[in-house]
Amino acid sequence: MSSTTDHQPASFAFTPEYMDKAKAHVAKYPDGRQASAVMPLLDLAQRQNGGWLPRKAIEYVADMLDMPSIRALEVATFYTMYNLEPVGENLVEVCTTTPCWLRGSDDIVKACEKTLGISLGGTTPDGKFTLVEAECLGACVNAPMMQIGDDYYEDLDADSTERVLNALKRGETPKPGPQGSRRLTEPAGGPTTLLDQKGAS
Amino acid sequence: MLRDEDRIFTNLYGYQSFGLEAARKRGDWDGTKEMLEKGVDWIVSEMKESGLRGRGGAGFPTGLKWSFMPKETDGRPSYLVVNADEGEPGTCKDREIMRHDPHKLIEGCLIAGFAMNAVAAYIYIRGEFYREAEALQTAIDEAYDAGLIGRNACGSGYDFDVYVHRGMGAYICGEETALIESLEGKKGQPRLKPPFPANVGVWGCPTTVNNVESIAVAPTILRRGSGWFAGIGRPNNTGTKLFCISGHVNNPCNVEEEMGIPLKELLEKHAGGVRGGWDNLLAVIPGGSSVPVLPKSICDTVLMDFDSLKEVQSGLGTAAVIVMDKSTDIVKAIARLSKFYKHESCGQCTPCREGTGWMWRVMERLVVGEAEKQEIDMLLEVSKQIEGHTICALGDAAAWPVQGLIRHFRPEIERRIEANTGSRAA
Repeated sequence: MSSTTDHQPASFAFTPEYMDKAKAHVAKYPDGRQASAVMPLLDLAQRQNGGWLPRKAIEYVADMLDMPSIRALEVATFYTMYNLEPVGENLVEVCTTTPCWLRGSDDIVKACEKTLGISLGGTTPDGKFTLVEAECLGACVNAPMMQIGDDYYEDLDADSTERVLNALKRGETPKPGPQGSRRLTEPAGGPTTLLDQKGAS
Repeated sequence: MLRDEDRIFTNLYGYQSFGLEAARKRGDWDGTKEMLEKGVDWIVSEMKESGLRGRGGAGFPTGLKWSFMPKETDGRPSYLVVNADEGEPGTCKDREIMRHDPHKLIEGCLIAGFAMNAVAAYIYIRGEFYREAEALQTAIDEAYDAGLIGRNACGSGYDFDVYVHRGMGAYICGEETALIESLEGKKGQPRLKPPFPANVGVWGCPTTVNNVESIAVAPTILRRGSGWFAGIGRPNNTGTKLFCISGHVNNPCNVEEEMGIPLKELLEKHAGGVRGGWDNLLAVIPGGSSVPVLPKSICDTVLMDFDSLKEVQSGLGTAAVIVMDKSTDIVKAIARLSKFYKHESCGQCTPCREGTGWMWRVMERLVVGEAEKQEIDMLLEVSKQIEGHTICALGDAAAWPVQGLIRHFRPEIERRIEANTGSRAA
C-alpha cells in the first residue's frame, strides 16, 4: 500500500466555476458564521478533485472560511462521505444493514465482487471502481440497494447488479432507481392507495 | 383503512410532478396568507389541538414544542431547523416527501417559522440524498420566484428564508443537538442539555428542530382543521402516518395510514402480507432499528401507535416496520444492528463508544453460540449500563435492540450455545 503522501497534490484551489458555487453556499449563513459552510465546501473540493479530498484542499477551505485548519480536518475525518484517499471513478456502496441484509444484500456484495473482480474495500486496477460496504442508506422498502456516485440503484438482485455494473464498465449511464418494474416505493403488486392519482398521471 | 380523501401525501409515489403547479393542484399553498393572518396563537393552538406528535421518533407534541420558542426577541434571531437526516435503519419516508411533495415541506417551514417568529429555516438533509436535495432546492427556487417565501412571503409582510444544508454521512446528526453542531460546521457530537435549543440552539440563537414529516403535515392540518386530524387514530395517538414496510413481506412499500392501525392489517392490506403467510412470521421491529423487536405473539394483535407499542415495551419510533419471517437468523439480524451502532457512535461518551463495540463483539459470538450462558445476563447488564448513561439517545438506541432480543429470544441464544458447547465436547 502506498503511503498517504504519494498522491497528495502540492496545492489546491477552486476553479472559477467551483468558486461561484462555494460563495453561494457561504451566503446561506449569517454574517460571521461562514464556518457553517465548511461541509458543503469540502464536498465541492472533493467533487472538483475527482472524488477524494486532499490535505491541501482541507487547508484551502479552512483558510477561505477563516477557521483553523485543524477544525476543517476534524470535520473531514468525522463524516464518512469525505474520502481522504483516492477512490475509483465509480464509488460503489452496497448497503448491508439489516433491512437490506434480510432481502439478500449478501448476494449483492458477491455479485459486485464477482463482476468487478475485487473485494469490499478494493479498487479495480484501472481505477474505474471502488467497492465498499455502506451503513443504512435510507431506501429500505427498495432493498437491497447500492449507491453509485450520486444515484441509488434499488430492488436489486444478482443479475440486475451485474447489469448495472457492466453498463458502467461500458461507459453507459444505467437508469437509477428500482431495477424491477414497480414505480419507486409503491407496493410491488401495484398500489393499494392513491389509485385515482395513478390513473391521472 | 384510511380513506383516500383523508390522505395528506397524495403524491407519495411520484405519479405526478413535484413542481409548484402540480403541488398547487394537490392543494398546497392554498390560502397560506390567510392562515398566517389568523396569527401565531391560532396556529400554535390548532397544532396543539390536532394532537400531532413528532414524526421523527420521540413523539413529542409538535404544537407544544413550537410554544417553547421565545415570544419576545432579545435581539437574537430565531431559527427553524428541519431534521431531514433520515438514517434510522428501516426508515425511508422523508425521502419521499422531499422528492415528491417538497412544497408541503416548504409551506410547512413558512407556517412553522412564522409561528415561532423565526427568520429562516435550514433543512438538514442527509448527504447521500443528493437527488432529493436537488428536487427540494428546485422547489425552493420555485417558491422564491412565486413570492411564496423570501421577502414579504405570500404577501404577508413577513420575511422568511429557506435553505438546504447537506450532511455528509453521520447517523448521529439525526440527534437534534448533533445536527445543530454540524450546521455550525463542526463534528456532529451532541450537546449537553440544558440549555435546550429553544433557548440556545444554532449559533447561540433560539432554535426548534422538527422532523420533515411533522412540518410537512402542518399546512394540511391547519387547512382542514385540528378536529379533522384529531378525529383520525386514537386519543393521544392522532392523525395519519407514513409507514415504511421492509423485510420479509411480499410487497415492501411506503404507505400513509391511520395511526393505530393493527400491525397485521397494515402488512396484509398494503404489503401483500408476510412472505409464506402470517404463520410464517418470526418477529417484527415496528419502529426503526432502535426499538425492541416483537415476537409474532405480540404482532398478532398490537396496534401501530405510540402508546400501544410502548405498552409492549417497544415503540413507534419512525414507524419503519422491519418484518422477519421464520427463515431469519434473528441473532444475526440484531447483531448487524449492533454493528451499525458501533459504526455510528460519535465517540464522545465512554459508555457508548466502548459499549457499542463491546456489545457487537459479544453479539457476533452469540450468533455462532461461542459463549457461556451467563454471558447473556452479562450482556443485558452491560446494555443497561449504557442505556441512560450517555449525553444523547444513541446509547439507548444501541441497547434496546439487544435487550429486545434477549427478552423474547433467549431460548434461541441458549440453544446455539448448547449446540456449540456440544460440538466442542464431541
